[in-house]
Amino acid sequence: MTTPASLVDRHVGFVHALREAGLPVSPAEGLDAAHALMVIDLAERETLREAYAATLVKRPAHRPGFDLLFDLWFPPVISGTEGTAVAEDAELPELPELRERLAELLMGDPADPAFREFARTMVGRFGQVQAAPGRQSWFSFPVLRALSPETLVARMLNAMLDERGGLPEKVARRHISRTVEAFTEAVASDVRRRIAEESGIEKIARSAVRPPIDQVDFLRATKEELARLRREVYPLARRLATRLSIRQKRGRRGRLDFRRTVRASLSTGGVPLTTHMRPPRPHRPELVVLCDASDSVSTFSHFTLLLTFALREQFTKVRAFAFVDTVDEITDLFAPGADVLDAIARLTEEADIVRFGRTDYGHVFERFAERFPDAVGPRTSLLILGDARSNYQAPALGTLKRLAGQARHAYWLNPEPRAQWDTGDSLATSYGSVVPMHECRNVAQLAAFVETLA
Amino acid sequence: MWFASRDEVRGRLAAVDYLADDGIATSVFLAGALGKPLLAEGPAGVGKTQLAKAVAEATGARLIRLQCYEGLDEARALYEWNYKKQLLRIQADDGAWDDIFSEEFLLERPLLKAIRSEEPTVLLIDETDKADVEVEGLLLEILSDYQITIPELGTITAARRPYVVLTSNATRELSEALKRRCLYLHLDYPTPERERDILLAQVPGLPASIADQLARTVATLRALELKKSPSIAETVDWAHTLLALGRTELDEALIGETLGVVLKHNSDQVRAAKELGLPSRS
Repeated sequence: MTTPASLVDRHVGFVHALREAGLPVSPAEGLDAAHALMVIDLAERETLREAYAATLVKRPAHRPGFDLLFDLWFPPVISGTEGTAVAEDAELPELPELRERLAELLMGDPADPAFREFARTMVGRFGQVQAAPGRQSWFSFPVLRALSPETLVARMLNAMLDERGGLPEKVARRHISRTVEAFTEAVASDVRRRIAEESGIEKIARSAVRPPIDQVDFLRATKEELARLRREVYPLARRLATRLSIRQKRGRRGRLDFRRTVRASLSTGGVPLTTHMRPPRPHRPELVVLCDASDSVSTFSHFTLLLTFALREQFTKVRAFAFVDTVDEITDLFAPGADVLDAIARLTEEADIVRFGRTDYGHVFERFAERFPDAVGPRTSLLILGDARSNYQAPALGTLKRLAGQARHAYWLNPEPRAQWDTGDSLATSYGSVVPMHECRNVAQLAAFVETLA
Repeated sequence: MWFASRDEVRGRLAAVDYLADDGIATSVFLAGALGKPLLAEGPAGVGKTQLAKAVAEATGARLIRLQCYEGLDEARALYEWNYKKQLLRIQADDGAWDDIFSEEFLLERPLLKAIRSEEPTVLLIDETDKADVEVEGLLLEILSDYQITIPELGTITAARRPYVVLTSNATRELSEALKRRCLYLHLDYPTPERERDILLAQVPGLPASIADQLARTVATLRALELKKSPSIAETVDWAHTLLALGRTELDEALIGETLGVVLKHNSDQVRAAKELGLPSRS
């Protein structure tokens, strides 16, 4: 990065890597970023990062991937340069002292430069492992195992608090878990940097960047991503609700509102320059949700249930039923103001949805038609959530056909990728011929579907 | 030129009690240096509108504000012809048909006003996401070329480019075309360290120890899965409340009593009380 030419190369390479990771960077935005490089102080790394972020990253969901790639393309330090070489070769203190130092850092502010510096030194010391005979590689696991920040928590709590318990401990724990997370991330980031130096940026970039949260597969989400997904429910519901209500207003042009038109014409001397229309009567469907609560798809159905209940004002009535191999109504659990996490926990305990514990769609449809004959009527949209995997039981297609016929609309959302439909015990095509089946693997697809619904 | 460097942005915003972190300072500086609009997006109450006000105050520019809402149209955003005056003119003088579309009959609305302003101007387009999609189309010409076309008068180009700040609560996704023309700044809840500094700047007379405790407690609240996380504005309100009560020590009982200042949903309060082990107020 000494001559302008190499800066251009790096810029182009970085923009290219962003596109490869799925960030939609237009050529115009690339140019904006280049303009920005001309006016900022390139020596300040954080300014450079923010300048790129402001010009190229226009969605918060893309930011984590961006930060990761930025750290690879514009590394904070380069191994082998003077400063770091000294730090790595110097006699380091013994492990207990290092852990002492780590505890101190974890109690402080993670934005402190010493924090990252320490993480880098630790990777240099513990991170190198024999991956294959004659080949060394870098990993974050041995670093975290050697220092094991989790086992320091009790000691740190004692140092931070006069007495344990209550709210102060909660607050302190929250601070510690935040800094431990920052430390883990700093270590991982430095490991990636070292791998990139040894075997090229492209290779590590491809495997390290996770897809943005609205593209995360429901069935493959990690625990952390699930928590983030749940947080998305309310913003997403708000976004969908505004979009839906705008569409309702636009849908049809209503009848002429004579009174308002004449009233408005007074300001133009009795000439009705603008006409006013009566708002069209909103069409609000009743929604019946039948959701598979078995473990294989529970993340997906819980999320979708939460979303439909968050969207309650868009529907006159929402009724929800859960099933594994028998079915029960769960509408009450999601009453207004009810706690979301509670509702999910109670779902499995209180509702009578399990007989033998293996999903049986056929039995569920029959039982549903028998127990709740009035649930599905001519104004109802019926929504079925599940993977259509029925453990080779009888499908009861006739019953489902009757249910779908009673409803105004019926839809089936399947969280499995389309390529896996009809494999093994999946009855996707059979059920799909009765009720239109949509692939719904991530939040983006789910949002697109809800929009077509109302 | 609005600002000379990122550090100058930071210094001058701090002088008007707006604490900018790296991201904010860099974006604000770039928006001025590149002459591009700045789109600030984030949850309610993290200081998006305040940022525009602070930029105006720090640079001594005039602030022109366009508040977006559903049903906002050209006539209220851009310009409108003064029909009443035009009708009167025609009735008074039969030969006046030609000159009723002139400057005299033009009613300036915020966008036109900002474009024609001779003095330095900060144009704040607030809550862009609340407006209809058509309004975004209307904004495109102004944001990319700083000009407005009025069919009867021709194209009016900015005498002096205004500094444009758009804000959005992300209740809907803004169009790609609009986003492409803007610099993007995602404002999120601050780290406890920054929030403490904000509290100290915004609430004079607040003891540093309480500010620190408040910031950390609010960070803990935000970590819970709540319907509506407390915003910076609400944290500041909380600090004011504690000052007004004359308390200098933040204990659990006090937090339980004043939780309503930061959490506005009953289910959120119940949840927070349960998770944090606060005395419940049934």
